[in-house]
Amino acid sequence: MSQLEIKNLHVSIEDKEILKGLSLTIKQGEIHAIMGPNGTGKSTLAYTLMGHPNYTVTEGEIVFKGQNVLELEPDERSRAGIFLAFQYPVAIPGVTVANFLRSALNARRRAVNPEDKGLPILEFRKMLKEKMDTLKMDHAFAGRYLNDGFSGGEKKRAEILQMAALKPEIAILDETDSGLDIDALRIVSEGVNALSGPDLGVLVITHYQRLLNYIKPNFVHIMLDGRIVESGGPDLALHLEEHGYDWVREKYEEVV
Amino acid sequence: MQEKPKVTVTRARRDSATKEFLFTADSIPAGVLNDVRVKAWEAFAKFSMPITTDEAWRRTDLRLLPASDFKIPKEGAFEDLPAVPDHLLQPLTGEQHGGQITLMPGGSRVDLDPALVSKGVIFTDIRTAEREHPELLHKLIGAVVKPEDGKFAALASALAGNGVLLYVPKNVQVETPLHSVLWGPGADIAHLSHLIVHVEDGASVTYVHEAASPNETGHAMHAGIVEISVGQNASLRFVELQSWGRHVWNFSHERARVERGGNLDWIFGAVGSRLTKNFSDLDLAGEGAQGRMSGFYFTDGLQHLDHDTQQNHLAPHTTSDLLFKGALKGKSRSVWQGMIYVAPGAQKTDGYQANRNLVLDDQARADSIPGLEILADDVRCTHGATVGKLEKEPLFYLKSRGIPQADAERLVVEGFFDPIMQRIPFEGVRERFQQAIQEKLSA
Repeated sequence: MSQLEIKNLHVSIEDKEILKGLSLTIKQGEIHAIMGPNGTGKSTLAYTLMGHPNYTVTEGEIVFKGQNVLELEPDERSRAGIFLAFQYPVAIPGVTVANFLRSALNARRRAVNPEDKGLPILEFRKMLKEKMDTLKMDHAFAGRYLNDGFSGGEKKRAEILQMAALKPEIAILDETDSGLDIDALRIVSEGVNALSGPDLGVLVITHYQRLLNYIKPNFVHIMLDGRIVESGGPDLALHLEEHGYDWVREKYEEVV
Repeated sequence: MQEKPKVTVTRARRDSATKEFLFTADSIPAGVLNDVRVKAWEAFAKFSMPITTDEAWRRTDLRLLPASDFKIPKEGAFEDLPAVPDHLLQPLTGEQHGGQITLMPGGSRVDLDPALVSKGVIFTDIRTAEREHPELLHKLIGAVVKPEDGKFAALASALAGNGVLLYVPKNVQVETPLHSVLWGPGADIAHLSHLIVHVEDGASVTYVHEAASPNETGHAMHAGIVEISVGQNASLRFVELQSWGRHVWNFSHERARVERGGNLDWIFGAVGSRLTKNFSDLDLAGEGAQGRMSGFYFTDGLQHLDHDTQQNHLAPHTTSDLLFKGALKGKSRSVWQGMIYVAPGAQKTDGYQANRNLVLDDQARADSIPGLEILADDVRCTHGATVGKLEKEPLFYLKSRGIPQADAERLVVEGFFDPIMQRIPFEGVRERFQQAIQEKLSA
């Protein structure tokens, strides 16, 4: 059973400390949600887990399957089984969704066997079509340039498509609900739910409770000023929905 | 009103290190073109070496050109030099060639499908053309590119013993592509070439010309002319690839004239040479003529590539579409200077030009200078020029999917070039460019 352990994580960006001692353990098969007001460090956590070069870890540890994640490059983290669905997926002009996904899958194969010839094209196409069908995506999508001119919904669906193809053990969904209308939200959530199971640990990062109507977390954490201040079950999210974040601020602001 | 001070700049005499060519009129090949060549020689003798105060040469400096070292190769010189590698002789378009010509220092080899010969297609080297088609050759040579166009045009006009004559008679459709290779091994050699392409009214053909050499120590040069005429409602797809060795100073004057309703699809690929100065002009001479120019270049090390393009709309309802894209590594430099000219009365023309550069290393530099000169009032002309770098975010995004840094960079660079690939209807040419990207990135 693989698990992602975050221990006392401190992270700075340009010398400003954003995460101030965050600890969290996510096991395969569990769904965790982190909620919190804007500017509290949720996206910093997501980017740091994936190894974005702008974020500097000043203290603490991230351990995944016994490996020190902080020593790994972003591509090594991905191949180890960590996936980040970006809040703002990046456009790669001139590179099609299919070409990109094939490169990503082949990189995995070559990391195991440098002599690998790559995934056979027919097998790849079949797999890609199946995944696109589950996400109710037009097959023509595969031929479009990655995230280039995609609508908000298309971008998020493309993220979930990548997740489906890459089969991570731990997936971090950073504000995957932002910019989605209710139909897109449902399709994306169904996609995530279809992938969930005993082999996948999920960390859902969200500002609003509405995503959690579709993706049911086992654990809900409230983040404030770079730390997790409150943890509980699904009812905690409902409580937030009803009462907002003010009570959390009142309770913990003096600590901060 | 305050008067501006008048500044007079006096240039110091040119660096005495600047060498001149030591060619003599004795090198003018004998034959039916002798009168043309003698005139070109006279023009050549009048030109001094271009210097950076000449507008067209502002960004390309020839002071280090060891002009006095270069010699015209003797007849049969290729026999003592490395042979043309097999991969250059493979078809880049389609399954097979309708004809192939290999031009080498002091010699050439010609092969043409007899079926094309029987249709009246001429595809041969200049020497053979002088013997077998003297009148036609005499009529066509210098019709599009003049010796007066520049020093290197005059040089090639006067002394080029190597070259190609491609003539497609009226209404003949050549289905199989034609291919020529200019193979230039050896040091201290001046490779001179003259390509003449004449596609008569209603005819069509695809022609791929490639100039290449191994890397050698020392220096070599190439001066070439490409003169093209596309007749009324005729169609030419012309691909030229340049992979000269790093020791080659490469100069070319190229012009295509397209008549009424004619169509030219002109593709350039440049990855070689130490220095290149290329003039490519598209003259849309007849109503409704169309021309597309697509350029791919990738430089590294100390390479310097300068492409000077001109889209001349000389008649109404003409369309031109130019896209040049280049990537740069190391301390290399590229220059693209383009001009769309619309002549008075050339109404309803549509001109487009864009140059995009991707600078991969801090010390590389790309200059991009678009220009418009429009003397008609009912036209649509647009242009764009960009110089960009590899961005951090796309690379992080790709890496976050398990793609290692080097592969992520390659994907972004390939993506950058994709709009050019989309314009190239030949799988083999696209593969060649992809291979060049791989080689340059891993160099």
